[in-house]
Amino acid sequence: MRVVDIPLEQVLEHFAGRVGVDDSAADMRCLLVMPTDLVALCTLLRDEAALRFTFLSDICGVDYFPDTPRFLLVYHLYSIPHKMRLRIKCQLEDPPVAPTLTPVWTTANWHEREAYDMYGIRFDGHPDLRRIYMWEGFDGYPMRRDFPLRGYKDDYNPMGAERPVEGSGS
Amino acid sequence: MTEVTVLDEVKTDTGLSREVLLNLGPQHPSTHGVLRLLLQMDGEIIERVEPHIGLLHRGTEKLFESFTYTQIFPLTDRLDYLCPPSNNLGYALAVEALLEIEAPERAQYIRVMMAELSRISGHLLITGALPMDVGAMTTLLYTMRDREMVMDLMEMISGVRMHTSFCRVGGVREDLPEGAEARILEFCDIFAARISDYETLLENNRIFLARVENIGNITGDDAIALGLSGPNLRASGVDWDIRRDAPYEIYDKLEFQVITRTDGDCYDRWKCRVDEMRESLWMVRQCVRQMPKGDILVDDPKIAFPVDKGLLAHSMETHIHHFELAAYGFKVPAGEFYSAIEAPKGELGYYLIADGSTKPFRLKVRAPSFVNLQALTERTTNIKYLADVIAMLGSLDPVMGEVDK
Repeated sequence: MRVVDIPLEQVLEHFAGRVGVDDSAADMRCLLVMPTDLVALCTLLRDEAALRFTFLSDICGVDYFPDTPRFLLVYHLYSIPHKMRLRIKCQLEDPPVAPTLTPVWTTANWHEREAYDMYGIRFDGHPDLRRIYMWEGFDGYPMRRDFPLRGYKDDYNPMGAERPVEGSGS
Repeated sequence: MTEVTVLDEVKTDTGLSREVLLNLGPQHPSTHGVLRLLLQMDGEIIERVEPHIGLLHRGTEKLFESFTYTQIFPLTDRLDYLCPPSNNLGYALAVEALLEIEAPERAQYIRVMMAELSRISGHLLITGALPMDVGAMTTLLYTMRDREMVMDLMEMISGVRMHTSFCRVGGVREDLPEGAEARILEFCDIFAARISDYETLLENNRIFLARVENIGNITGDDAIALGLSGPNLRASGVDWDIRRDAPYEIYDKLEFQVITRTDGDCYDRWKCRVDEMRESLWMVRQCVRQMPKGDILVDDPKIAFPVDKGLLAHSMETHIHHFELAAYGFKVPAGEFYSAIEAPKGELGYYLIADGSTKPFRLKVRAPSFVNLQALTERTTNIKYLADVIAMLGSLDPVMGEVDK
């Protein structure tokens, strides 16, 4: 896959330095944005005639524990008329809160519920922020790096809490 | 077990109406797995559909982070378990991109051929299952009979019927067995006529048409906003196919048409898939004809097992590499990559963040069925009665393995 050049100058100008560019990835261009500008940026990317990023592919949460800022939201957009992809990254502190993108793309609804369920990222203004995979009343966020891979509370898991393997040094 | 809860009784012009909460599933044949739908209804009229998913959640993404890159292949099989070769392919592309390697041409042909065969097997299920859900039982028996032929081909190629795990980073596991080409072409000949049979069975079947025509219409713009992809999106008239617009592997060397429909109703979504099977069949034929001779795995002892197994007995170095690979796996340089392929259900994306170790730091699956299923909740589609929900669900063709991850 080659990096398709995207006319982003106007967008960057509009946000006057508050939106950064990260061109380190080999597959597509990437914008860095603060949570406060996220909705405005996405609306612009969707409606701008030269861009038309009408399709939100995916929202991915990432946990960089124990580093800070701990959380990262990665949005993958696709423009069907112009056949180009774009990545947006938004760093979040702990506890993580981000604005919802459901008014911009309907499909964000379940993606955000998934990120909430797995990472505990709260989305302000989300119409129906509930767990999606785990059951109501589940304690903890499974995809966080400090959540054990094995041994979630003895009641639920007969294997019990995970013990460090002897001699592994961890 | 279906439970009915009466919410309250509402006075209407025509008399007393009862608001009812109905549980559809999780054990219900038309939910295609373990999906629970909570339906809020006024009599038989649907007011709200609320899917409850996660009953098949296995924490695949959490497991990815503790598996080596090669061990992940069998996990990807179990996402869309009707079409494992596609899932393998998408994942392999993401890892190969970060390793900056490319599979040999023959391997690419084998992968694409298997992906298209699995597309046929996946589409065959819905071609028969949607009519069965809405009352035309017979077709499923025929499509399952033909799906068995694809399963036999998979078994011949990989040794397994369903979870093939045939891809490897940098190629495929083994070369095609002797006589495989002939058997695949034989299948193509038999199957080409069968597709027309299904159409004859159903296209003029009034019971089937009454249940699917003009039910669950989705406009193109709504479909894009909902994130629908694959046949579900093309049925609404949006002309987008990743195989054509961003060709991966050898798709740029194959001729095929992108099937689109206009109405975006349940019938169009079904018909789109039936027509896609023809294109897939045509692509399989082209693959068999064009497939060059040659290697099937990259020649890099640090990434792939040696193709010539005899070397293991003679070369100490090969032996060490083999041991290292089997015991620890290979390292992938730090970086990130989003690979998107046209899986049978839509855009299948793997977002890989590697940190330079033998295991992924984060591997996110953009599962098309998960996104497609969301269309059930949308009120812009014209689902009116309880029976329409079944048709809508069947035509969206979700696979719960992929929805729940």
